[in-house]
Amino acid sequence: MADKTELLTGLAEIVEEVAGVAKDDVTAEKSFVDDLDIDSLSMVEIAVQAEDRFGVKIPDDELANLKTVGDAVDYVAANSK
Amino acid sequence: MSNTDVVITGIGATTPLGPDVTSTWDGLLAGRSGVRALDADWAETYDLPVRIGATLAEEPTEKIPRVRARRLDRCEQVALIAAWQAWEDAGFSLPSDDGEDVEPERLGVSIGTGIGGPVTLLEQDDNLEQHGMRKVSPLTVPMLMPNGPAAHVGIELRARAGVHSPASACASGAEGIAKAYDMIRSGRADVVVAGGAEACIHPITIAGFAQARTVSTRNDDPEHASRPFDVDRDGFVLGEGAGVMVLESAAHAEARGARVYGKVAGTGITSDAYHITGNHPEGIGQIAAMRQAIEQAGITARDVGHVNAHATSTVVGDVGEAAAIQQALGDHPVVTAPKSALGHLVGGAGAVEGIATLLAIYHGVVPMTLNLGELDPKVELDVVAGEPRKMELSAAISNSFGFGGHNTALLFTTP
Repeated sequence: MADKTELLTGLAEIVEEVAGVAKDDVTAEKSFVDDLDIDSLSMVEIAVQAEDRFGVKIPDDELANLKTVGDAVDYVAANSK
Repeated sequence: MSNTDVVITGIGATTPLGPDVTSTWDGLLAGRSGVRALDADWAETYDLPVRIGATLAEEPTEKIPRVRARRLDRCEQVALIAAWQAWEDAGFSLPSDDGEDVEPERLGVSIGTGIGGPVTLLEQDDNLEQHGMRKVSPLTVPMLMPNGPAAHVGIELRARAGVHSPASACASGAEGIAKAYDMIRSGRADVVVAGGAEACIHPITIAGFAQARTVSTRNDDPEHASRPFDVDRDGFVLGEGAGVMVLESAAHAEARGARVYGKVAGTGITSDAYHITGNHPEGIGQIAAMRQAIEQAGITARDVGHVNAHATSTVVGDVGEAAAIQQALGDHPVVTAPKSALGHLVGGAGAVEGIATLLAIYHGVVPMTLNLGELDPKVELDVVAGEPRKMELSAAISNSFGFGGHNTALLFTTP
């Protein structure tokens, strides 16, 4: 299982690249939609980049459940190879 | 339609001559050319016969932050930049949490484009072919759709009275303005942000136009390649850019004490029903469009002192238009062909040239046509060459014609 701090850092970099949110603002408790103002189109891009970077599959129905940055970190930690 | 007067209170543009209206207008008066050698390696890769283009003077990413820019096709980017400028020029602030300067239900958008976002389509097709479906951007469709430029401007300015995107090839920008005029006169909107945009310089468009034998191949001399009405013309030069105007009912403009550049006093839109690329040999559609605009404005041909010609620098098109102008208006209008400097901005052309026509009246000076070494003897018109011509104007027409047989004439007057 990957280190969650590293995963958070990596995910924050992706979010900054795709959605322009400063990576320091991408913290575990933040909601992608409500706090970071990320739309469904950007979420798809973030998921594809996360899959490539962390070697994990994020099916669409799982993606819909990842409400917060912490949810995403937990999912990747539990499912990455 | 009512008799509502429609005035212009804001203008914006980004073109091969400059990143705003002032630099573009100054460029026209100074006789600068926006045509240059394309530095893209693909011209060589595909052995294209055309290696020149009128590329933007300033990259859109100088004005649009990176993350926002990557969600927008280049055509959408230039539309947004021109719209920001026009909006600010009209004295409006962008909508905020505190509200809007124009009631959203009374604000419309009408920004046309010839083909929208083909470059996005082709880039995403490359992604699909090379990396598979997962690498296709979820923004592919909103970036390639031709209503994208208008839609983004509508969202930005909070326009809820309807967002339109006329597509009539090289007449799209002019038709965008004509549509806006109708929206205000029919009472659907008080303010409409209108114009046109294009950014499609790509090997496929260059190859397509080259195969249609419509573009100049004067690769060794870019600045002299676009030469409307000259005996040695050999086709147009593909350009990119956008022009946007803020059109407003005179009552709305007066109530807020807005600065008024002039009026859209009439528009003419006709179609040739003749050939998909060629204009009607007798110019019936072009003549009818100019006459419609005059009739709508309630003036006579004699009152039209200036024509900003469509004149793209093609062998057939330029003489056809010259004859049409003569028949519709007479010999008296002073004519200029700004594509000699700007190149052909396709869907952006009618809007940018509409702004130039308006400014000719506003400043009392007509920019010259570049590269007019020897006027084609079939062109029996007073074409401004050498230097700008100072003259007082009360009414002027901007012509725009497009593949498909679209003819649009915009008639501008003093307020």
